[in-house]
Amino acid sequence: MGGCLEAMKPEIILSRTTFKDAREYIKKNVREYHEVEPGYKIFDVHIIGVPPLYVGVEGEDLIFPYTKPCHGTFVVKVAGGEEIARLRAGKK
Amino acid sequence: MTEKNEQTALLLLGCPQVPVQTSMVLYLAHGLSERGIRPVIAGTTAARKLMEVADPGRHYLDEMNDLDATIDEITEKKRDFDLCFVFIHNDSGIAYAGTMAYISKAWVYALIFGEHAEELAEEIEFPCEIVAAKATHNPMPLKRRLDEVMQWAAVSKR
Repeated sequence: MGGCLEAMKPEIILSRTTFKDAREYIKKNVREYHEVEPGYKIFDVHIIGVPPLYVGVEGEDLIFPYTKPCHGTFVVKVAGGEEIARLRAGKK
Repeated sequence: MTEKNEQTALLLLGCPQVPVQTSMVLYLAHGLSERGIRPVIAGTTAARKLMEVADPGRHYLDEMNDLDATIDEITEKKRDFDLCFVFIHNDSGIAYAGTMAYISKAWVYALIFGEHAEELAEEIEFPCEIVAAKATHNPMPLKRRLDEVMQWAAVSKR
């Protein structure tokens, strides 16, 4: 996991799944979600996959897919901080 | 894609758990170099270490970079490549190839191998050339498919 994200001790919602299942999870379970382009960066990690890719907002937290080359895709929840405003503004 | 007008190819490595990856990367890097295309490798630390140990004299390897740093450079439009070969044997590999097809101007080749090569190939829904073979320990099936692509790369350079 990216060093910065790991230090934030994210809650792991889904482990070792596929990027498609991560997409479906966020779409079905998070009321507010935003479509981002592949490569969109949150803290020190890129959102990896085939469009559409979604990042969810739940209160002060972000919920997003995190893909590791060896272990598949995880859906993680972490305090969003200033990333939430950037996401809502649709900035790259 | 460089200022010197030299053609470059990004070789994006997946998890190195399937044995054929390391030898196929070295083979492809050599073949590209022979055709005047500079190979640039991006991968995880473990994948890069396997390369470094396999080619200590750097006969086949040229530039090697961190995977995330390379994606940073491409998304920030600081760098791009003419060709991109993504090594795939799991869902993450498909995800990385789809990302490259979206963020890079390079023509993407999805090199799919391992036990589930055929099933993974069916998952691809983005523009790229699929080079798939059920190869886990023996690289020859994938090598044969790759040789067809290498010929194409030589033709495109003219």
